[in-house]
Amino acid sequence: MSETFDLKTTTVRAINEHLHGLAPDATGVYEILNPNGSHNIAVGVDAPVEINIRGHAGYFTAGMNKQARVTVYGNVGWSVAENMMSGRVHVKGFASQCAGASGHGGLLVIDGDASSRCGISMKGIDIVVGGSIGHMSAFMAQAGRLVVLGDAGKGLGDSLYEAVIYVRGKIHGLGADARVEDLSEEDRTQIGELLEQAGLSARPAEFTRVASARTLYHWNPTSPQVSVL
Amino acid sequence: MCGIVGLFIKNKSMRDQLGALATPMFVCMGDRGPDSGGLAVFNEPTPESAQRWRINVFARNREYPWEPLIHGLRQTHPATDIVASSNHAILMTDQVPEIVARWLGEYDPMLIFLSTGRVMDLYKDTGHPRELAERYHFTDLRGTHCVGHTRMATESAVTPAHSHPFVAGNDFCLVHNGSLSNHNSLRRLLERRGIQFETDNDTEAVCRFLQWRMREGDTIEESLARGFEELDGFYTLLMGTPERLVLVRDAFACKPGIIADTPDYVAIGSEFRTLAHLPRIHEANLFEPVPEKIYSWTIA
Repeated sequence: MSETFDLKTTTVRAINEHLHGLAPDATGVYEILNPNGSHNIAVGVDAPVEINIRGHAGYFTAGMNKQARVTVYGNVGWSVAENMMSGRVHVKGFASQCAGASGHGGLLVIDGDASSRCGISMKGIDIVVGGSIGHMSAFMAQAGRLVVLGDAGKGLGDSLYEAVIYVRGKIHGLGADARVEDLSEEDRTQIGELLEQAGLSARPAEFTRVASARTLYHWNPTSPQVSVL
Repeated sequence: MCGIVGLFIKNKSMRDQLGALATPMFVCMGDRGPDSGGLAVFNEPTPESAQRWRINVFARNREYPWEPLIHGLRQTHPATDIVASSNHAILMTDQVPEIVARWLGEYDPMLIFLSTGRVMDLYKDTGHPRELAERYHFTDLRGTHCVGHTRMATESAVTPAHSHPFVAGNDFCLVHNGSLSNHNSLRRLLERRGIQFETDNDTEAVCRFLQWRMREGDTIEESLARGFEELDGFYTLLMGTPERLVLVRDAFACKPGIIADTPDYVAIGSEFRTLAHLPRIHEANLFEPVPEKIYSWTIA
């Protein structure tokens, strides 16, 4: 089944209420017209449906997404797919700050650039960016993979935990405790798989791997209790 | 939070639509700044505007009796015109502003001078931006470019004087989304040089700092480069001069901004939705300003 919502004649709240009412195994295609930069479109969906947003969307688009495949035929504002749990969000244009922030799972694809703080505190989400990313991306990123076909801004991977970043272009500066590591065969395989899922093409061997030097955090249960100041 | 809007008309035939296009931008950003707002409008420079001063005056009383004021003013300064609506008036005069200001100060010490210059007009007050746009008939405004702000105060009081745009000198205005932590030391630095302040607002310190640098001979770029060193805090700044619209974001760039560049106009807003109504917006080159880069548009 297919349904069309036009934001010229309805509200984001009405659309989201409808989507929240779907059964967890519901299928179907939902078209959202005239988003005109509205915030919170398709937030909190939990059903394997397809949602097509036909135009530029605002903040928090597809936030907390579970299962759904959301495509934005335009740009998005801050925090697209923030806290995504599963499913797939695909932005055909560019994304503003904090794309994929705190995401736990699923795949976020941005065809254009993502600005600063992309993948901040990511917790298992995979993010593929066709263009470049801005400063302080993957700050305190805990798990998941961030693949960037373009360049990365200053302070990349600052205070990184166990997320891994792959950058094809220039890295304008690493953050504290982030370091460049050798690209293994396993890395190349993973990059190749993510690129394929994202529908983007590049040679995996061209990427640089950035991961945590693990000097800023300690997670060793055998070490004695250290008092924290 | 605060909202910023700016519109720069490239296509001269669209200059009479400046207000009609900018008003929905301003009203939309009322969501980000509902407590007060303001709009500075740059009129098209003409041979006449080069000869006359524009003095923008604000009265606390919404039904201010401007008729007796202009009648009295013309007794001593006959070549003075007035355009008034509600509690705002633009006085256009051949006299230097200081002389007119002295007369007005004696006539009614409660009047507030919003701005002086050759081409810039300034409207600002507390209240929802929608209310201000209606009261001052923003849709009718014409000009080359404008700078608007909707305020959600995070520091200093909500009063007409604390509303943006701030001005310093003639025909220079600035709006700010963000907050500064060292504005008091900037203020002391400037006060030691004899520069007077009207409020305790952080943005006023930035405005006066940059205008001081320009008065000392810096270009706007040089003054902003100095600002990058001196300003401690977060800011997206939008500035207007008679010829230029200038935008800059600080190194952290945590305050938003988006630019739509088209053959007919350049529109700037805190969010895309404030630009969504503009003509042929979907063909515009849309981009986010990057940190510490100075974006500037100059009238032809």
